[in-house]
Amino acid sequence: MIIINCPFCGPRDHSEFGYGGDASIDYPALDAPMDEWHDAIFLRENICGMQAETWHHVNGCRMWLIVERDTMTHEIKSVRPAHGGNAAVLENVAEGGES
Amino acid sequence: MSAQRLQSGGRIDRQQRIEFNWDGRSLRGYAGDSLASALLASNETVLGRSFKYHRPRGIMSAGVEESGAMVTIGRGARRDPNVKATMQELYQGLHASGQNAWPNVRYDVGAVNSLFGRFFAAGFYYKTFMGLPPFEWGSKGTGLWMKYEKIIRKAAGMGAASREPDPDVYDHAHGFCDVLVVGSGPAGLQAALTAAKAGMEVWLVEQDCLLGGDLLNLADEKTEKKRLELIAELEQAGVRMMTRTTAFGLYDNGIAGLLERVTDHLAAAPAHLPRQRFWTLRARHTIVASGAMERGMAFGNNDRPGIMNVAAGRTYLNRYAVRAGQQVVVATNNDSAYDSAADLAAAGAKVCLLDARTRIGSNMLDIAGAANISLHTGSVPLNARGLPAVNGIDVAAAAGDGWAFESRLNCDLLLVSGGWSPVVHLMSHRGVKPVWDAEQACFIAPPIEEPIHVAGSAAGIWNTDACFDSGKSVGARVVKALGGKARARAMPEVGGWANPIRPVYEVRVDGRKTKAIVDPQHDVTADDVRLAHREGFVSVEHLKRYTTLGMATDGGKVGNIIGLALMAEAIGTEIPNVGTTTFRPPYTPVAIGALKGRNVDEHFRPLRRTPMHDWNLQQGATMTMAGLWHRPWYFARSGETINEAYVRETETTRATVGLCDVTSLGKIAIQGPDATELLNRVYTNPFAKLPIGKARYGIMLRDDGMVMDDGTTWRLSETDYFMTTTTAHAAKVMVWLEELLQTRWQDLRVHVTSVSEQWAGSAVAGPKAREVLSACVEDADVMSSDNFPFMGVIETTLKGGIPCRIARISFSGELAYEAYVPSDYAPAMMDLLWPEAQKHDGCLYGLEALGAMRIEKGHVTGAELDGRVSIDDAGLGKMANPDKLFIGKAMRNRPELLREDRPRLVGIKPVDTGQTFNAGSILCASNKVSGLGEGWITAVTHSPAMGHWIGIGFIAGGHQAWEGKTLVAADPVRKGNINVEIISPHMYDPSGEKMYG
Ligand SMILES: [Zn+2]
Repeated sequence: MIIINCPFCGPRDHSEFGYGGDASIDYPALDAPMDEWHDAIFLRENICGMQAETWHHVNGCRMWLIVERDTMTHEIKSVRPAHGGNAAVLENVAEGGES
Repeated sequence: MSAQRLQSGGRIDRQQRIEFNWDGRSLRGYAGDSLASALLASNETVLGRSFKYHRPRGIMSAGVEESGAMVTIGRGARRDPNVKATMQELYQGLHASGQNAWPNVRYDVGAVNSLFGRFFAAGFYYKTFMGLPPFEWGSKGTGLWMKYEKIIRKAAGMGAASREPDPDVYDHAHGFCDVLVVGSGPAGLQAALTAAKAGMEVWLVEQDCLLGGDLLNLADEKTEKKRLELIAELEQAGVRMMTRTTAFGLYDNGIAGLLERVTDHLAAAPAHLPRQRFWTLRARHTIVASGAMERGMAFGNNDRPGIMNVAAGRTYLNRYAVRAGQQVVVATNNDSAYDSAADLAAAGAKVCLLDARTRIGSNMLDIAGAANISLHTGSVPLNARGLPAVNGIDVAAAAGDGWAFESRLNCDLLLVSGGWSPVVHLMSHRGVKPVWDAEQACFIAPPIEEPIHVAGSAAGIWNTDACFDSGKSVGARVVKALGGKARARAMPEVGGWANPIRPVYEVRVDGRKTKAIVDPQHDVTADDVRLAHREGFVSVEHLKRYTTLGMATDGGKVGNIIGLALMAEAIGTEIPNVGTTTFRPPYTPVAIGALKGRNVDEHFRPLRRTPMHDWNLQQGATMTMAGLWHRPWYFARSGETINEAYVRETETTRATVGLCDVTSLGKIAIQGPDATELLNRVYTNPFAKLPIGKARYGIMLRDDGMVMDDGTTWRLSETDYFMTTTTAHAAKVMVWLEELLQTRWQDLRVHVTSVSEQWAGSAVAGPKAREVLSACVEDADVMSSDNFPFMGVIETTLKGGIPCRIARISFSGELAYEAYVPSDYAPAMMDLLWPEAQKHDGCLYGLEALGAMRIEKGHVTGAELDGRVSIDDAGLGKMANPDKLFIGKAMRNRPELLREDRPRLVGIKPVDTGQTFNAGSILCASNKVSGLGEGWITAVTHSPAMGHWIGIGFIAGGHQAWEGKTLVAADPVRKGNINVEIISPHMYDPSGEKMYG
């Protein structure tokens, strides 16, 4: 049972979130050949340890997040918005800039 | 056994008499009694019969490990089996009965089972059911067994649960704290106080109804004073103290599962209270002060009523003021039994103490001497005599490495201490492997990296004062870890007895055959363990499964160590080499009701109602579930069956007009400068040139090329679209679009918003649909065929100024529209549409008629789009545009997905048009009705248009491959086999004239 510290909502129980998957996957372009898509979709690492994952705050702010989580201990190292624009806004707010 | 209630002392209230019912008889106890202590004081000796052999059983302990006094509490729907009488508080009118016996525990017909003991030895069930009967039965053995199995099964087994629904309410609750302390013995109390005094928020949970743990069983006033002072201090320090609460499991991230028994001890529970509360507690640090349990020894008839552990004898004496016997033998291999023996002697019992050790220090001799106890060193019990209860024992004396019969002793109570086992269960839940401490003859949990700490006798610290100290030490360590201030204290050393324990697990003398029980709940004997070894089961996990040792409701609390020791001896090794079994949650049983909490009946899952729900009901709708939605199923007229109703609704809609609540469809507002680009990428067909005021049917694929969903998307303006999804996949599609926009395509300037709740919709379908809507809109011109062609979209107003958006789209295959209004206007819209529809003899139709019409048209829904279907399988390959890019484009062309013989969408009709068939039937070639067949049927309906039953489904190669052939729709467990033909899925108006007209 995990608590994820959503950058928008604060610490919330993992039952509010939907699990996405491996956040390190670089999805190929839509016109990329089948092989590339095959590798991206089906050939996944089964990491034992710290892994970057996507989680969706589906019963909250509905933001997709990048969560660094240890798959062995469930320890969470970091949480940030998946969308770079959101991440930049949060950083700006944290630094006292205009939101 | 001649137990006796003492005139004074104990924690019972002699002013409060309590009447209760035991096995149909009325007995009396006092407030403060447990059911076990009250039964003991009433001299009830045999309280149950054992699982396999129906051996008489009595009280064996005073705690959660009880495996003898397992009883059924309550009656009717509240009948609760396998309750430990030792943990059940007595209340006025409590109704308890013995188990596993007929007609009752004292005269049990099933006791005859013990005569067949050899048939019930370890592995018996495996051997017989695997078809290998005992050899002496010959080849007919299994058949013989099958014959008697029914009888024996009826006679074996524990209490029976009620078959009625659970009438009680259970709550789920969540909590947070700095420090959770499990157990309120000396270590727990002191640890909680140390943490609380440093300002930590502390929860102290105790499974007992009183705080104090073992302190409750000590008779001296000084200890009691200290206990009360500590509790007062804890109260003052703001510690949350929860009694009758078991920490049944420890989980990741400092989570503890707690079960709080709120009303189980009350005669009449107040209506506002739940029976139990299931807590999810998150603690930053956890201190496990769960104590230790006293073990027995395996010897002949060691399960006889009148035999219990030494600490239990002391508990009944000091806590409940019941002297459990008059002539008492105390058998021990360690120091802990001496004080208890002395307490019993002081209370007037004649006590004889057998110590397995030959050398004992003077301190122990002094205790025995002062109490006038007759002490036999180098002596152990070999066999208990007497039936049904113990009336004497055979004593064995040390002889070389083993034992030899020595003498007989008369007694009415035998107390046994074979050593102590720290309660390491909660640590085991965290994946910790306990380490064997040969000096203390017990498993001890090693330190772990998680913020979980062990204190007191749970850490193998035996003396009360040292337990207090360990509580202080661990408490201070936790305070420091949490950044608080506390004076560090040394942790007392493990152990603490003046004389070392002499491990004794089993007492056996060559040539004397005895039945020594290792696991009383499952009647696993010492011989069973040896048999398992002889048959090659040497791993402890295999031993456990083969003999069922440790698999009863006590989870191995009683028998595990002795079982391990016997296995180690049989193998010729030491206990640590055999290993230990993993203890898993729950520590003690948790009612299923507590796990489910309030998520029952209509609260099992959320219920979604459309804004026209009440309106539908007023029109006589019979509702059905579609996912979480309540939707009209059919609108029966008086006397109509469901079949008659939906056939009429289908016919009426196709003949004139029908209205149907389609609110449950998913609706997503897609807005922004790049909205068109997003749609063009997610749908297989082009959206780039969809004109404003038009809708388009689209199919979206997953990354892997399989169909995700289908629906229509309406273009309202340059930058504003209204997407509809299937009811089943609405949430999934929304999540998918959010994922794409927030992760992969961060450059697209698009907002997606779920508006499923904001818009209520009605289908208006049938030849008269235009007339109906024209009469309802303020400006009838907008409805003209020229202004409003097929797939057109308008935003307009219904009469009375109701804002409305309408698309001319058809799921039914008729001239049809979907009209959406803001949700609050839903009944108002229906009040406009319905009278107009009635003017044309129209109808309201439900899900069943909707399904019939879509099957006739061969339109797919969730039943077909089950995640394993490609766009070509669904017969919609033309929707995948080769000239544009879309998600799934590459992967839909995987060679396997392009095979001609993949199952493709088809229509199905019975050869004999008078016959019906079922969804779920397997389609088989007529010469091979077996295996997985060639395809399957996903949906069926009676088709009024065609005059017989039809279905759609999938079959290898599609309908061209099977044209003109007869197949079998195999449905072996329901309808049987029906001959069918495969036809095009477009069974009604294939050219679409009606819909375009
Ligand atoms: Zn959030």
